[in-house]
Amino acid sequence: MAEVDEASKPLFAGLSDVSISEDIPVEGEITVPVGSPSHDDEYSTLDEPVKETILRDLKAVGKKFGHVMYPKKSTTLLRDWDLWGPLLLCVTLALMLQGGSADSKEDGGPQFAEVFVIIWFGSVIITLNSKLLGGTISFFQSLCVLGYCILPLTVAMIVCRLVLLGGTGTASFIVRFIVVVVSFGWSTFASTAFLADSQPPNRKALVVYPVFLFYFVISWMILTFSPSHSDGATDTGP
Amino acid sequence: MAAVDGLQFQEFDDAENLLGANRDATTISIGDPNEKPTNQRRSLGNSPREEDDDLLGNADSDKTELLAGQRKSAAFWTFEYYQKFFDVDTYQVLDRIKGSVLPLPGKNFVRLYIRSNPDLYGPFWICATLVFAIAISGNISNFLVHLGQPQYHYMPEFRKVTIAATAIYSYAWLVPLALWGFLMWRNSKVMNIVSYSFLEIVCVYGYSLFIYIPAAILWIIPIEWVRWITILVAMCLSGSVLVITFWPAVRDDNRRIAIATISAIIILHALLAVGCKAYFFDVPQIEVPGVSGSIASVPRFC
Repeated sequence: MAEVDEASKPLFAGLSDVSISEDIPVEGEITVPVGSPSHDDEYSTLDEPVKETILRDLKAVGKKFGHVMYPKKSTTLLRDWDLWGPLLLCVTLALMLQGGSADSKEDGGPQFAEVFVIIWFGSVIITLNSKLLGGTISFFQSLCVLGYCILPLTVAMIVCRLVLLGGTGTASFIVRFIVVVVSFGWSTFASTAFLADSQPPNRKALVVYPVFLFYFVISWMILTFSPSHSDGATDTGP
Repeated sequence: MAAVDGLQFQEFDDAENLLGANRDATTISIGDPNEKPTNQRRSLGNSPREEDDDLLGNADSDKTELLAGQRKSAAFWTFEYYQKFFDVDTYQVLDRIKGSVLPLPGKNFVRLYIRSNPDLYGPFWICATLVFAIAISGNISNFLVHLGQPQYHYMPEFRKVTIAATAIYSYAWLVPLALWGFLMWRNSKVMNIVSYSFLEIVCVYGYSLFIYIPAAILWIIPIEWVRWITILVAMCLSGSVLVITFWPAVRDDNRRIAIATISAIIILHALLAVGCKAYFFDVPQIEVPGVSGSIASVPRFC
């Protein structure tokens, strides 16, 4: 009670003069514990240099890339999900699929918006499908995994463009075909390695099939990519 | 407590207590085990053992009824409402696909496979696969057909995917809607024995489109008569599944209306197949040279 008097003296100075009748027993502890501000536990990222912030995020993205390239059953992708990696990959892929169509508007290749929409819309639909079938993965975790597993296909796209620089004959087609098939298998395998544990056991195939279809469509877009500028001396095919 | 039957009697008592806790309508007096329970469901048998079995048997069906009732009461704006349309396992989806390509006379697809558990997984993903199958096969077949022609510049025609998607999804959703509305209207006039819910009709239509996926892949072969035979076979198989499903629903109606309905179903089904083939797959023939706007270059292999 003495503490209360001391603490409340400046505020209720006048009240201390009020006499409390002896008949009314005033009992109990009314000390209010004042918590110390919990700022020491959180690391404030507002004061660090911008380079550090960017590098930290880049390192996280790079680490996840490594996990995708060597898929083991790890939970890193699921625990610390982020959508920077998928955005980066999606934009790169969409830009490279443009083909630099300088000649005509009737170039039937996919526009940037189409590729973007297919990748993100497709990922959302697959995630919804997985959740409706009873999967325990969260929405953004699934988007993260599906986006990161596009990495092998993006690598394949870069390789295809390099191969196309060398010519567009049958040999280049076979090389591109093999590269795309390998990376398609890699992507599907990597994403199932990450997603498999969160699915109900007797519906795994139902969840994996849309992922297969999704990467198949992206692989098809990569394989049929044709740059619009002509190279001149190329052979006429088989 | 009972003195004669010892353990058996105590089990009976426990079950009674548990069931009494489950159901609100129970009016048993738990204290006296010799008294026959006055609940409406359990006025059977005399000996405790028979009652025991009946109780447990009834309890299972009662419990499942209760659970089923609870399961179906989610509101349509919650996620759980839609989750019950995806309550299928892998083997069930595969069974339904098998049933849609092998029509058995007398075996109704809805009664045999769907059995009041219609799912949206099959229709949605079969339509999606069909869209991409048609678009990709169309591209490949066009490339093969025009191979060797100097004016042809291969382009992956991406617009066609959108058109294919619109056509197939409209067919798979609007036609069942129209059919369901029509059947409901006829149901109000003529009491039909068989009536289907909207989702069951969507399910039948969705699974019946499955046969067109291998058909679309076979359409890559640039020989006309192969394509037409493929269309005929596919149409016969899935068309007969549709007919076997819907014939019992219109059989009791006016003869002419029944025949008209069935023919409309078949004609729309055929129209989809032929339309897809005509639009996406070019006929292999001598092309008139002079394609507009493309680069006059040697044809490239993609």
